[in-house]
Amino acid sequence: MSVLFAIVLLPLIAALLPRLVQSMGRSTVAIVTALPVLLALLLLLGTAPSVLVDGELLQAAVPWLPQAGLMLAFRLDGLAWLFALLILGIGLLVIVYGHYYLEKSDSGGRFFSLLLLFMAAMLGVVCSDNLLLLVVFWELTSISSFLLIGYWSGQAAARKGARMALTLTGAGGLALLAGVILIGQTVGSYDLGTVLASGDLIRSHALYPLMLVLVLLGVFTKSAQFPFHFWLPHAMSAPTPVSAYLHSATMVKAGVFLLARFYPALAGTDLWFVLVSSIGLVTLLLGAWMALFRHDLKGLLAYSTISHLGLITLLFGLSTRLAAVAAVFHVINHATFKASLFMAAGIIDHETGTRDIRKLGGLRRYLPHTMALATVASMAMAGVPLLNGFLSKEMFFAEAADTPLYGSLNWLVPTLATIAGMLSVAYSLRFVHDVFFGPVPAALVAHAPHEPRRLMRVPVEVLVLLCLAVGVFPAVVVGPLLAAAATATLGGELPEYSLAIWHGLNVPFLMSLLALTGGVAIYVWRAPLFALQRRWPRPHAPAIFEQAVQALVAVAGRFVRFIDNGALQRYVSWLMLPVALIMLAAMASRPDWLGEHALTPVDGLSILATIVAVLAALATVVLRRQRLVALLMISVVGLIVSLAFLRLSAPDLALTQLSVEVVTVLLLMLAMYFLPSRGVIESTWWDRSRDLFLSLSIGVGVGLLALFAMTHPGATISTFFIDNSIPGGGGANVVNVILVDFRGFDTLGEITVLAIAAAGIYALLENLGLCLPIYDPEGRPWAKDRSPLVLQMISRAVLPIALLVAMYILVRGHNMPGGGFIAGLITAVALVLQYVASGVHWVHARVPHNYHPLVAFGVLLAGLTGLASLLLGYPFLTSTFEYIYWPIVGKFELASAMLFDLGVYITVVGATLLILARLGKLSVVEQEEGN
Amino acid sequence: MLSFALNAAFVMVGIAMLLGSWRVLVGPSLTDRVLALDTLYINSIALIVLFGIYLGTSMYFEAALLIALIGFVSTVAVAKYLLRGDIIE
Repeated sequence: MSVLFAIVLLPLIAALLPRLVQSMGRSTVAIVTALPVLLALLLLLGTAPSVLVDGELLQAAVPWLPQAGLMLAFRLDGLAWLFALLILGIGLLVIVYGHYYLEKSDSGGRFFSLLLLFMAAMLGVVCSDNLLLLVVFWELTSISSFLLIGYWSGQAAARKGARMALTLTGAGGLALLAGVILIGQTVGSYDLGTVLASGDLIRSHALYPLMLVLVLLGVFTKSAQFPFHFWLPHAMSAPTPVSAYLHSATMVKAGVFLLARFYPALAGTDLWFVLVSSIGLVTLLLGAWMALFRHDLKGLLAYSTISHLGLITLLFGLSTRLAAVAAVFHVINHATFKASLFMAAGIIDHETGTRDIRKLGGLRRYLPHTMALATVASMAMAGVPLLNGFLSKEMFFAEAADTPLYGSLNWLVPTLATIAGMLSVAYSLRFVHDVFFGPVPAALVAHAPHEPRRLMRVPVEVLVLLCLAVGVFPAVVVGPLLAAAATATLGGELPEYSLAIWHGLNVPFLMSLLALTGGVAIYVWRAPLFALQRRWPRPHAPAIFEQAVQALVAVAGRFVRFIDNGALQRYVSWLMLPVALIMLAAMASRPDWLGEHALTPVDGLSILATIVAVLAALATVVLRRQRLVALLMISVVGLIVSLAFLRLSAPDLALTQLSVEVVTVLLLMLAMYFLPSRGVIESTWWDRSRDLFLSLSIGVGVGLLALFAMTHPGATISTFFIDNSIPGGGGANVVNVILVDFRGFDTLGEITVLAIAAAGIYALLENLGLCLPIYDPEGRPWAKDRSPLVLQMISRAVLPIALLVAMYILVRGHNMPGGGFIAGLITAVALVLQYVASGVHWVHARVPHNYHPLVAFGVLLAGLTGLASLLLGYPFLTSTFEYIYWPIVGKFELASAMLFDLGVYITVVGATLLILARLGKLSVVEQEEGN
Repeated sequence: MLSFALNAAFVMVGIAMLLGSWRVLVGPSLTDRVLALDTLYINSIALIVLFGIYLGTSMYFEAALLIALIGFVSTVAVAKYLLRGDIIE
């Protein structure tokens, strides 16, 4: 079912295009944006016969992370179809509108790219057939809407509004993720169809309240329900096309979409009824009340949107099948009239330069067309008969009047619903009357606004015509769509309802009538209400939010400083403490830490070496403040450890340890030059006790662990490696075959880390100026001879031999002790020796010394070797080998893993030299400047 | 005969390493310690080769080769540090 993928992915892929064609003019950008949307819309309309008429469920799925239950699965049922139509249809209109709305100075490419990204995210949300996929797209809507709200990133209000929206919807998204995972664990599948069919299982589960609350948190934050409503008015600093699209038709509807989507799975309990309907009711009233007093046109519309979203939420909360139908119907109607109203507000702003109702008036003289359009849309919002808003509002009144669930408070819901209806009429009236009628303010007379371009009005006209068409011929225009969407929402049979304008003189009609007359009355006598509202305590949402964020940042900062006060000791001890505790606990629970395996007999020399190593280790600790002495001590430990590796038959480890020792000494000598030769006492008694405890417990713990592992018989993983080394990897050296073949992916990761670390060190040392000591630690001046002749001559002789040995170690590594890592270190040490003996200038005159490309080449070579096996149809980094016969050498093995090892070799050489040469150069620059 | 010679050599090299370690530990001057460390490295070469002969394998030869080849680089670095402070200039 590739059509489904095409519908969702077309805007996603096309999101790149506007940016790319930005230089080709604004019209090109708009056309390039509109075409894929138009195509997706046509594809969607093409599926109308099967989805709407035949009631088919179109599905398409590709595994993404099937192990985690994440599938790239899409479905197109009636509900998804309806939302996709709103997203694509209104999206197309918004693109046309936005093209004329944006100023010349605004980046059209960025705007339309983000708009398409958002559109794709919304399509993903509504078409997802997998709960995890839904959350992924949900997050994408949060992020892309954040970028859209903050489109004018130069304005502080835009940035703050965007951040607030992201914080709230992002937090809600996290709650939703938790809820979805709980649902998925309960049902045993993240497949939407399975989940919807398991409603009884979910509702009877002990954790159902938690699941419901978590999902509802996602819904309420996204759909700006009380008490999370406050982000929406502040998101009005977005460009108006964004508001028209996100904050009327699509994003805020994602929340109520989720209510509809999960209706079969979660609804039908008392908890659902209480939570959803009461939050919806409060939001409905609060939004309508606040909308009446807004002076900003978009602010008025924003609160009105909150109120209407509350209405839809309330309908879903009422939990009757008819209410759900009404909710879906109102989603359609609200999207059409609210989008057109936002666009009208944008036109007014665009032509007059202000959105403040107090500065507007009498615009009917200048903008007659816009006035006609805005008036019709406002009437739809107010619920005037013959317009679409009337129909769904009457269904709402009917449901509110019928609800039996509040017991003795049953009169409350219809009463409050009617009051909300009155307020809605009043603010609609205010929107039209205050702006288009009355006297023209003096500032506007001088400005003499005029109608915008014809094409900027077309989107508004289309939407307003739809309001009228639905209002007059509801059954014809919207009947099948509503039926299909409601069927998908309810997941079963549709209740009886009729989409007629006139149902006779009944309670809902009376409520409508009351709302209309009451609304007019409120508008006419609004002065006392405004006075009352001015005395009302008005919490300033951004300030409170900012304070909360700052408090959170402060708390987090204190916590971070508690863990990481800038001293490595404390940070590391936090890390090591749990390690020590876990290890001690584990060892204490195993009294049999000494197993039945016989211990290796000891000889005198080993005992001697052990004593030396222990003494040297203790001396390192005792003499640690004399840095150079401590370094020599730890070199002794390193040497003894290397010998121990040999004694215990691990030549690879011994070779590695020996070369690492040398490089470590070089590195520390370079660093020590810049440090005082004696350390100062900074640690307290408490610090030292803590460190003593940690090191003792970890040392003892690791010792016991090793003893346990080595004295207990049992199958270990090494058996596999030893058995498969030659048949699978073609190498007799198991250690090397593990590194380049069995665990090649780990090695690739390690050399990548090495390369990143080298680049990081290089960058950190850039522009670092250090004062150089003039005298040595004893107070004597330094020796004059920079490069002693004897040292120079001997080092030069060492280089070719060392390179030869390195090549030998590299090539034989696959079958005998050795390999790329050791060979790389040998080469690096030999080259650094030249730096030490003959100086940077001498080396750089003879050796190419740009090590960055070398490091990159090494990592690339190793990575490409792995990719080559992928091309040949094997898993990543599968190695292959072949024996060839050379005239003199005889039988010789060529393995692809050797190429990988060559990559390791090059990376190690490059990274080591990059770090050491950079550290060395640091002082060269300084000394030359100093001289 | 070979086993007696080997054992005698092990004992001698062992004593040499013990004395070398002692010198690294007590100093007194930095130069003493550096020289002692270098001696330890040289002794290790002997020890490794002896161990190889004892086990009758050439597997450990490369380790001795490696110490001979680059083991002295740390000594050079420390010596250069004592002379000039900056080892790469």
